[in-house]
Amino acid sequence: MTYWFQQILNALQLSSIYGLIALGYTMVYGILTMINFAHGDVFMVGAFFCFIAAVMLGLPFLPTLLLTILGTALLGTTIERVAYKPLRQAPRVSAIITALGVGIFLENFTLALAPYPQHIPPLLDNITWTLGGVTLSSLQLIIIVLSLGLMFLLDYIVYRTPVGMAMRAISWDKTFVPLMGVPVDSIISITFAIGAGLAGAAGAMYGLAYPVIDPYMGIMVGWKAFIAAVVGGIGNIRGAMIGSFILGTVEIMVVAFFPSTYRDFVAFTLLLLLIVIRPYGILGQPRTQKV
Amino acid sequence: MSLLAASNVSHYFGGLCAVANFNLALQAGELMGIIGPNGAGKTTIFNLITGVYRATEGSIEFNRTELVGKTPHQITALRIARTFQNIRLFKDLSVLDNVRIAHYSQVAYNPLEALFHVGRYQREERRIIAHSRELLAMLKLDHLVGETAGNLPYGLQRRLEIARALAIGPELLLLDEPAAGMNPNEIDRLMEFIRWIRQEFKLTILLIEHQMKLVMGICERLLVLDFGATLAEGTPPEIQNNPKVLEAYLGEEPVG
Amino acid sequence: MIAPLHDGRAWLTAQRWLLPVLLLLGLGLSFAIPQYNFPNKYIQLIIMYVGINIILTVSLNLVNGYMGEFSLAHAGFMAIGAYTAALLTMRVLPVADYPWLFPLAVLAGGLMAALFSFLVAIPSFKIRGDYLAIITLAFLMIVKSVIENIDYLGGPRGMPGIRKLTTLPWTFFWTVLSVWAVRNFVYSNYGRGVLSIREDEIASDLMSVNTHRVKFLAFALSAFFAGVAGALFAHVLQFISPRVFDIIKTTDILIMVYLGGIASIAGSMLGATVFTVLLEVLRPSNTAALLSWLPDFIFDPLNEYFIQHLGIWRMVIMPLLLVLLMLFRPRGIMGLREFGWFVPRLDREAGVGAVLPEKDHEPARSQ
Repeated sequence: MTYWFQQILNALQLSSIYGLIALGYTMVYGILTMINFAHGDVFMVGAFFCFIAAVMLGLPFLPTLLLTILGTALLGTTIERVAYKPLRQAPRVSAIITALGVGIFLENFTLALAPYPQHIPPLLDNITWTLGGVTLSSLQLIIIVLSLGLMFLLDYIVYRTPVGMAMRAISWDKTFVPLMGVPVDSIISITFAIGAGLAGAAGAMYGLAYPVIDPYMGIMVGWKAFIAAVVGGIGNIRGAMIGSFILGTVEIMVVAFFPSTYRDFVAFTLLLLLIVIRPYGILGQPRTQKV
Repeated sequence: MSLLAASNVSHYFGGLCAVANFNLALQAGELMGIIGPNGAGKTTIFNLITGVYRATEGSIEFNRTELVGKTPHQITALRIARTFQNIRLFKDLSVLDNVRIAHYSQVAYNPLEALFHVGRYQREERRIIAHSRELLAMLKLDHLVGETAGNLPYGLQRRLEIARALAIGPELLLLDEPAAGMNPNEIDRLMEFIRWIRQEFKLTILLIEHQMKLVMGICERLLVLDFGATLAEGTPPEIQNNPKVLEAYLGEEPVG
Repeated sequence: MIAPLHDGRAWLTAQRWLLPVLLLLGLGLSFAIPQYNFPNKYIQLIIMYVGINIILTVSLNLVNGYMGEFSLAHAGFMAIGAYTAALLTMRVLPVADYPWLFPLAVLAGGLMAALFSFLVAIPSFKIRGDYLAIITLAFLMIVKSVIENIDYLGGPRGMPGIRKLTTLPWTFFWTVLSVWAVRNFVYSNYGRGVLSIREDEIASDLMSVNTHRVKFLAFALSAFFAGVAGALFAHVLQFISPRVFDIIKTTDILIMVYLGGIASIAGSMLGATVFTVLLEVLRPSNTAALLSWLPDFIFDPLNEYFIQHLGIWRMVIMPLLLVLLMLFRPRGIMGLREFGWFVPRLDREAGVGAVLPEKDHEPARSQ
């Protein structure tokens, strides 16, 4: 039983990180119907920003986290302005391929500057509490609480503020919403900033939880977060969170009970079955085509 | 024996009843119209006939073959062709390719012959190109074979859609609001055109239309649909004088 | 969808004798080059990679370009072909004594990949767009994971010691075959079905196209040649492991497809060639050799500050070039266009050889 609880805690930690990244995918998709393939690499850059702030600048935890979030948010909007915005009228797939290119650029640029995997030192005194055999570390607690906090904040922004209303309006209609005085470009920039900032936060926390970081770490984590977003119903913010918790839990449970090499197999098979059974994700709405 | 016979067809979307207990007997060679207000289920009936939706209840027979349960391409291959309310051409493809694609079920070569361009490939392709060109010429579109379908003006797109449907070699042609967006002059020409293709291709035609001028002008029989149920059926004069129809659909204003 | 680039090409198109002559010349060269070891082994290797990448690109273009889906599964099919063929040449076929058995192994690799393509084709009946992309991604990951968990296949360590059986003539043969077969398929009843599915699947079905069958065929053909390319690749590289066929490999192929341009076979050939060659040219030693004719006072600083660092930075330059190309030519080098001489005579004569869509092609959306 304690083993179970321990695994659930681990699952929560992993899911939180997936969740933060998945939100960025889902927000951008919701607003532009574009899969931002560079997003996983923004997460990776976040981990390296965290490294720069913590090791090279020697900053403590909170400033490091804030700097990382700011840095990635800036990166996200820059990418949008430079690489995606000119392609808004182009075929959709051009933007997707551009995103792929931006992602590879980020990976290899980081690799060129940091050819070897880097180590992020623990920024916090690690306190562990043991309750009935279940160990909870302060880091785990921070990751889970912070992620949940950011997710609820985002949910609040999207569903309760004027900016969020504008985002949802744009995702519904791209022809008439601009005519109603919604500053589409700014809203899209904000969306990218928020998405990238969350990915940056995820990168920092990932770097603290699994301290060795390398330029290619964003690929797999990014794809998995993307899958989580799809499982939840892409374009749907609460769906992305639910999808992340499902994926994180499945992965941790597979590793807990099977050889760890089965992890991807089981995770992806489940994903495949889920999509075949529910092609629009858990919270997604099937939009039927009118004949 | 009727060509198309729908008996007790009902269709539900979720719990919503779109078509209720629909019956239809269409004789070979007839030209019949379905009218009714928006949302009455007219297009749904076309979708049920062509297999886009599978009828929840009831049966639809074409030449005594049951259509319910068949896929759209199987039904189309039985020689039922249709057009669409909002034109659905293959917009990026050429006019010729649009018509050629509709020959799919009539092409008699297998994937291996296609892969190596051997066997029946050459002969069949030649036949289909010739037939497509012939159709396009009959419909006065032959000067546009290489044009991209999406670049044609609206009226020609409508005509190309009919050409594409004719390429199927239909016995039954379903026209979904063929006069949408046309002015009275164009409607006159369209009526002439429909009469002509009916004669030329020996068609049975079922059409959905809002334009009373067209419906009253060319249909031999009309069926009035309201909320998925049949309100009335009869010749145009009968329908025009049917009090139920006047009340439910045509309003106070008499039609003439 | 096809446009001769300009009138000057019309003459070239009319020269029907040119193609067989070029093919014969190519075949002759593919034998002669290794025979006389011209210019060196390295260039020969690059030529083989170009060929393999053309096969991969052309076959992926069938699904991603002509059919308008976004498949990420290609490296997975490649892996199936590579492992099947490698197993055959290492454990079953006596290729040491009979090297001419090699094409059988390649064929088997292709067939095996085609066999597995139903795993992607069947979901594609109901699921389209981004969700199908996820299915193909899942397929790729599952293939990789399954191989990692089979000890007989070497697990994550892979299979070393594969014979170097891929030769220049065989690469040439399979490349020509794949280009020819995909082109023939595209210009057939089934190929038009593929195009109509991209344009409007429901209308396509209602115009009597058996969309399920067409998808089956398109995925199978695409997977077949991915498998063939995988088999050839394994017998050049002489070592395969699941990591060779991961998402990065798929990404490379995607880049070649969209670089060259969707729904264009000529574009795919160009895309694969440009990508492969450029990546090699940007190696420091190659760039240095290519620029060695420059006077010393230009070459030396260039060498010191730029060329010597290319080893890492070429991988940064490549994606930048891709992004720039997409920004200035969103449809790739030849998107939706074709060289006139690629179009079969019947289609050209029918007058459909001169169409260039002005509207941007929008791939299917999931909604």
